[in-house]
Amino acid sequence: MRGKTLKMAVATTAITLIATGCSSSDPDDSGSSNSNAVVSIEIAEPQHLIPSNTTETSGAQVLAALFSPLVDFDKDNKPYEVAAESITSTDNTLWTVKLKDGYTFHNGEKVTSDSYINAWNYGAYGPNGQGGAYFWEKVDGYADLQSTDPDGEEGPQKAPEPKAKKLTGLAKVDDLTFTVKLAAPFSEFKAVLGYTSFYPLPAAAWQSDGVLKEGFEDAIVGNGPFKLKGAWQHDQGIEVEKYDAYPGEKPKVGGVNFKIYQQLTSAYADLQADNLDVVKTIPTEVLSSAQTDLGDRFKQSPASTFQFVAFPTFQPEFAKAEVRKAISQAIDRDEIIKAVFKGSQKSARSFVSPVVAGYRDNTCADACVFDAAKAKAAYTAAGGPAKLQISYNGDGGHKEWVDATCNQLKTNLGVECVGTAEPKFADLLTKVESKTPVGMFRMGWVMDYPSMENYLGPLYSTNGSSNYYGYSNPAFDALVKEGASAPSLDEAIKKYQAAEDILVQDMPVIPLRFGQNTFGHSNKVKNVEIDLFNRVNLLKIEAVS
Amino acid sequence: MFRFIVRRLLQMVLTFFGATLLVYALMFSNQGSPAQVIQSLVGERPVTPAQVAVLTERYHLNEGFWTQYGYYMKGLLQLDFGTSLTGRPIGDMIAQAWPVTIRLAVIGVLFAILFGVTAGVVAGIRRAGVFDNATLILTLLLISIPVIVLAPLAQYFFGIKLSWFPPTAGGDPDWWALFLPGLVLGSLSLATYSRLTRTSVAENLRADYVRTARAKGLPRSRVIGVHVLRNSLIPVVTYIGIDIGGLMAGAIITEGVFNIPGVGFNLFRGIRTEDGPLVVGFVSLLVIVFLVANLIVDIMYAVLDPRIRYE
Repeated sequence: MRGKTLKMAVATTAITLIATGCSSSDPDDSGSSNSNAVVSIEIAEPQHLIPSNTTETSGAQVLAALFSPLVDFDKDNKPYEVAAESITSTDNTLWTVKLKDGYTFHNGEKVTSDSYINAWNYGAYGPNGQGGAYFWEKVDGYADLQSTDPDGEEGPQKAPEPKAKKLTGLAKVDDLTFTVKLAAPFSEFKAVLGYTSFYPLPAAAWQSDGVLKEGFEDAIVGNGPFKLKGAWQHDQGIEVEKYDAYPGEKPKVGGVNFKIYQQLTSAYADLQADNLDVVKTIPTEVLSSAQTDLGDRFKQSPASTFQFVAFPTFQPEFAKAEVRKAISQAIDRDEIIKAVFKGSQKSARSFVSPVVAGYRDNTCADACVFDAAKAKAAYTAAGGPAKLQISYNGDGGHKEWVDATCNQLKTNLGVECVGTAEPKFADLLTKVESKTPVGMFRMGWVMDYPSMENYLGPLYSTNGSSNYYGYSNPAFDALVKEGASAPSLDEAIKKYQAAEDILVQDMPVIPLRFGQNTFGHSNKVKNVEIDLFNRVNLLKIEAVS
Repeated sequence: MFRFIVRRLLQMVLTFFGATLLVYALMFSNQGSPAQVIQSLVGERPVTPAQVAVLTERYHLNEGFWTQYGYYMKGLLQLDFGTSLTGRPIGDMIAQAWPVTIRLAVIGVLFAILFGVTAGVVAGIRRAGVFDNATLILTLLLISIPVIVLAPLAQYFFGIKLSWFPPTAGGDPDWWALFLPGLVLGSLSLATYSRLTRTSVAENLRADYVRTARAKGLPRSRVIGVHVLRNSLIPVVTYIGIDIGGLMAGAIITEGVFNIPGVGFNLFRGIRTEDGPLVVGFVSLLVIVFLVANLIVDIMYAVLDPRIRYE
């Protein structure tokens, strides 16, 4: 889910909106709604529309119209069943998924256990190269579906075929029931199933067993409230219309026209002229004027983004936690948010986002409270380096805040500091992975499912998928693992919070900012809500007639 | 004339292959490791090793330059432009992008010729007059505003404030939706056209043959329309030829502001994601446009000035 959303500054004033869009059920909203109207929503050209290959927000937004997920999230971000009747487990390892009866694909096919099992096996199979494949990592047999290139990616040899083609952890019980066996217990697996990658695919999608039909992606068939109208018009738009046989909650509009924009500013221009109904992210350039332009059509809601600066902990000058804490203490987060982000994002003083259960305010305590004098004393005492560097990817609009942060470090610690741009995120990662000294570096995270685990596991555990800074603490790893296998959510949270407390001691990264969705809509729609994944809630949106 | 055209067409084939090789080599040398290329495709999301392996294999990213170029050329000779790194056939993308950009460029060029050349002729005849000075100042103004300012300004005033035009054109626009972006695009060339015409006209008015024509007692309209204008247009036509190719590639900003998924946008996308085949596909066609435009310009010379012969 990272990518587009990360690059955009998001905005809010202080205490607004705890739940997604409580501002919307406004009694002032005039006009009755027109249930046949078509509303238009801005997206970027999706990279893919096959669920297991869709990991960016634009594709996920379209799929949210075409598919019905097993679970969705309520206003407390707890999962509840949608297409599933129940998802249960007694030991957190063997999960039984019961499907609701009556769901059909848009071509009339019944949604069965096989629709899920086949789609998931396809998604997890390494040679299919699906972007969301890592979501099945926790399922039994995942490793056998992958293969590694024996002589590395540059070598001439091809990777051998994986040992198996199907996940051993997936088993069909009957047409509407199947089981998922995990490799290790995971108490929050139900929440994971809410992600885009876990949508089912109809039998019509397959050329033969495990081979997707050519062109299916452009004319994709789902099981959701809307069906595709025509085909995906690349770089132009995707239109969907109400699917009458949908048994779940009915949408309040007749269809949605997803208009594809290359630039957010041009989408914003269309919004101002009422040519477009929803812009999901107000471009940074117009952030200050948008509140006047749109008035009460300018909206904000919580998002899951988390921005931070990471330390290469493997380098001797950053090996001491005292040095890392002193640097964190020398940064005035609120000042940067005011000056650079025009008061839009929120200061981060914890290692997980406020949108997940178990979040506590200010876990970082002293280390994240700005105090120049204390910071300087601690920095000098710990023998911090005389020259600092913050590396960032130049294509993501990070220059301004990185330079501002550097200036603060210069003034408050009396050190030299330079912001260094790498052309692209990939270049930055390559350097970090090869342990090239790039100094500190910026990173960001957007969650895949609402859980503390999704912040702690990938970012800080020893083998975490996005732990690029070499942080490793066995005690932390153990606590996250214990949390994942805890019998109940509350017990899991206790373990996660204990794990977070270790991070506070070790300070492998400096938490800086939590994101917000900043969006706007036209005069022609109402009840516009945007969820934690930067998706418009298509069941709530209404047209004003 | 016929032999000249055939010779030029044969030269074009060579130029075409040379240009693709050059562009391909440039893209290749700028390309990082396979893992980097695939990472830049997906933004900031982590990529699994299995995904890197399979995409590397599919797009031959681990092969040497000549092998990759060979694969590309083999496809091209079968009229297959290959697939972009996102999996879409480049042929389809080209077929979708070109017609829009060509229409955009046509509007731009027609607008620029109509107003630029006319203003230039009038200014050239009435040198140092009020019209001449006004045109000089106006074109100076126009030339000094970069398109990155001009395009959003035009969009804001004519699209949003006055609602005369749709603010954006979208994927499959009609001529009306392309009108405003076309004017923005054309206005960049307009200033150059008018200044070139003005200088040329002013110079030719002092030429011997114009004096002769006047002395013969030809009507003023004929002297200006036939004798002066025809000769004055040669430098302008040369410039238009170069400009047409430039307009197509230079539409990157205009296409971005007005949301037109044309050639400029695709080039930008290809370069950003290090999508070699995509960039080469579009650049190759740009090369052809340049070559054809310049061939037409050369033929136009002969039409404008019968003394120019190609044998």
